[in-house]
Amino acid sequence: MELTAQAGSLSAITSAREVKEPGNRALGVGLEARGVHAWFGDKHVLSGVSLDFWPGTVTALIGPSGCGKSTFIRTLNRMHEFIPGAAMAGDVLLNGEDIYAPGVDVTKIRLKVGMVFQKPNPFPSMTIAENVLAGLKLAQLKSENKDDLLEECLERAGLWSEVKDRLNTHGGALSGGQQQRLCIARSLAVRPQVLLMDEPCSALDPGSTLRIEETISHLTSSVTIIIVTHNMQQAARVSDYTAFFLSDGGPGQMIEVGSTNEIFSRPKDKRTENYVTGRFG
Amino acid sequence: MSQTLEQSATPIPEKRELTTLPRFSDRVFRGVVTTGGLSSLVILGLILGFLLYNGYSTLRQQGMHFLTGSNWQAVISDSGAFDVKNSHFGLAAMLIGTMIVALIAIAVGVPISVGAATYLTFYAPNAIKKIMVSAIDLMAAFPSVLFGLWGFFVLQPSGEYWAKLIHKYLGFIPFFQLPAPYVTRSPFIAGLVLAIMIIPIVTSVSREIFSQTPLDRIQAAYALGATRFAMLRAVAFPYARSGIVGGVMLGLGRAMGETVAVYTVLNIVYQVNWQILFSAGGNVASMILLKFGEASPNEVKALMAAGLVLFILTLIVNSIANLIVTRTGKSGR
Amino acid sequence: MSTVTAQIMPKPSKPWAASPLDRAKTGGIFLAAVLASFAVVASTPLKGKLAYILVFFAAYIMIDFASTFIKVGRQGAVDAVFRAVVTMAIAIAVTPIISILITVWLRGHKGLHIGLFTTDMRSTAYTDPINQGGLLHAIIGTFLLVFFAMIISVPIGILTAIYLTEIRGKFTRPISFLVQAMSGVPSIVAGLFIYAAILLPLTKKLNGIEGSLALAILMIPTVARMSEEVLKLIPSDLREAGVALGGTQWRSVAMVVVPAARSGLITAVILGIARVAGETAPLLLLTGGSGSKNYNMFKDSMGSLPNYIWQCFATGTPESITRAWAGILVLLVIVVVLFAAARTLGNRKVGKK
Repeated sequence: MELTAQAGSLSAITSAREVKEPGNRALGVGLEARGVHAWFGDKHVLSGVSLDFWPGTVTALIGPSGCGKSTFIRTLNRMHEFIPGAAMAGDVLLNGEDIYAPGVDVTKIRLKVGMVFQKPNPFPSMTIAENVLAGLKLAQLKSENKDDLLEECLERAGLWSEVKDRLNTHGGALSGGQQQRLCIARSLAVRPQVLLMDEPCSALDPGSTLRIEETISHLTSSVTIIIVTHNMQQAARVSDYTAFFLSDGGPGQMIEVGSTNEIFSRPKDKRTENYVTGRFG
Repeated sequence: MSQTLEQSATPIPEKRELTTLPRFSDRVFRGVVTTGGLSSLVILGLILGFLLYNGYSTLRQQGMHFLTGSNWQAVISDSGAFDVKNSHFGLAAMLIGTMIVALIAIAVGVPISVGAATYLTFYAPNAIKKIMVSAIDLMAAFPSVLFGLWGFFVLQPSGEYWAKLIHKYLGFIPFFQLPAPYVTRSPFIAGLVLAIMIIPIVTSVSREIFSQTPLDRIQAAYALGATRFAMLRAVAFPYARSGIVGGVMLGLGRAMGETVAVYTVLNIVYQVNWQILFSAGGNVASMILLKFGEASPNEVKALMAAGLVLFILTLIVNSIANLIVTRTGKSGR
Repeated sequence: MSTVTAQIMPKPSKPWAASPLDRAKTGGIFLAAVLASFAVVASTPLKGKLAYILVFFAAYIMIDFASTFIKVGRQGAVDAVFRAVVTMAIAIAVTPIISILITVWLRGHKGLHIGLFTTDMRSTAYTDPINQGGLLHAIIGTFLLVFFAMIISVPIGILTAIYLTEIRGKFTRPISFLVQAMSGVPSIVAGLFIYAAILLPLTKKLNGIEGSLALAILMIPTVARMSEEVLKLIPSDLREAGVALGGTQWRSVAMVVVPAARSGLITAVILGIARVAGETAPLLLLTGGSGSKNYNMFKDSMGSLPNYIWQCFATGTPESITRAWAGILVLLVIVVVLFAAARTLGNRKVGKK
């Protein structure tokens, strides 16, 4: 049957990948969510999500629209609170410390937990080089050698060879995929420990999507990546772990988490199986 | 050349003109609405025409002196007729005075307005924002005679004190010197009153532009660890800059055309005075009001010419302002 | 890592909101700055209200900067200072409003008496004791002037708005530009124009309708621009629905678009009225300031509130100035009521009745 064939191909993709073992302690304790709830006004949109993100791994969050995935990752770097009426409960620990504790400087949290958005959003008034280094300017960080940093970040984002001759042109002239990689380079320049990606490829064509996926797999050695995606193939291709979110009309919940291979080949929960085999969603 | 093209490919048919004969009632409707719509053109044209018609004789007699001279004398000869030769109508002192007062208003009012707009857009809690916005919009509806009286009775005593302080500590700057210790009804005080009068318009234009700042750029800045101030400097201010300039020009236009409030708090003197704290200034609109009551028919013509100059001046400033504001709003930069 | 387990539902919280400690700290800094301003004013030659405000502001910024600097470093401290600066800006911007409202009440209420609304100034001088004479003629005058200005300007303003949003012919851009330009016409110029166009060649006398014409010129752009905004908000499917039913454009506009925008259009008219109700300069040139009631727009000078205020102010005795403030109080109440009415109507959703 077609459905099983699709599921088979997903598990084929994932089983070809080596799962990174948790416990790569060299990169710090990592990011832990403990019973995170979220509200918009009176609407309870996310209920009790506990999830650990191991250093140097890629975790994909999958699930149908409106199940709270994006809301969840926005609680991880405190972007959630920009929405009027937003509220939350639970703890988010970065290197063992609660990022919501009173007196925490939120800007420092966001420096450590960077974010790439759904729609590429380079600063239009800045050149490519200025865009990459914008984070340094915004947070007034010192950098010894800006040229090296610029090249390194663009290289890591897989954009260097395409733009090295026009670093001083404006970022708006790039294609959508290049703009998104520029935004990734911009996030990398402040040397984040964790990079959140909120459906980074949903506005891009398949070719650009592939380039972003390559970029992600290159980055895993140095940053923890959490990616929200609607594309299960993508989750299978890039992630080590996968968490499945679902809303049954009420607040979104995390149904199941495990290694990507497990989720796509031997899901424990029936609902997960239905979703990854394409029976709904 | 067009023939070769047509031979090489299948002939492309001409685009059909889409026409419709509107029903009679619609034709009447369109006619009436278009006439109504053109009224602004007609009114502006009539203003220009009538002021020019009435002021023309003065403009011809005075020539360039009307713009460069600073004396205003309507001389009546012994026989009781209007003495064209010895009458001088020069607007320079009034024009320069108008600019000085308007610029003081801009210098004081714009930082306050832009700061207030920044607070209202990016800092204020919702409840406070609603109240403050209503209050500032209400201020826009206050009659100018009220600003005049308030400026005269309430602001002026404080303004005089501030003027003396400025003179005491910054008196070495030529603008702040005083030829005599008179600081009542000075350009400085008129400028302060006008500054308060332009706060609503500049604030609301700035607020409008600020609120259009693309959210994704704001979020991008915050996600990079920017403080609110860093975000404003990197994203909101560059985005809003030209729109704010437009708002400032609108404020300038208002400040240049204001009549009654300035008349109340400005001592009009026919000489160019750069010392803004001193009790002597000029203002075209207020001068017209001042002279109109006892003007002879010939002087009225000169006042019409002055009105024409003021009209053209404010029209230019407003047009530039509106061009800037409209373009910023549309391009969505 | 485990799937969801049953747990007690936590309460929503906003960890990012200012905690009581933060509020206490802000309050503390505020108090410290107030104390500092008193201390400095008492111990140095600096004197006056301005000194208090300046010292307070400087002290607040310094303490705020220092405490934030210690806690989160330079970036955060600069941010805190900027926040204090823009808060100061809004405080300065609203101070005149409060001051104006208080002043008008304090000085104006002394001139209030019931006769204000029942008598005119026919046999009273501005310098007479305040309990003689009244405003009736001025209120009637202002009402008539504004009413006729409205009759002239509302059709023109709304037609212009309909042209800009419904017809969208080849003049749309120039007209939209000219309407904006017209909103910048100084009131004295509008007065001069009517003087040159009507009074000099035709009537040669002061009368009410000339004042109304000048006010109408000032009112048209406000009505046109506000109405345009409102009509733009009417969803275009409403219009299309009207036309698709086989209605003419005229019927679609008259029976669908305008009724849907009704409350917004009324708001536009009210704001236009508020804009011109207190307009003074053109009335000084055109209508004169009769002290007795005049119901005829086309004959003889006509009193009005702005004119009355102006004459009283110009007379300059204590009694006349109290009269001026009482007049302003009445005028301001009218303006505020109009404004509040416009707000209430304008806050209703467009498209609802």
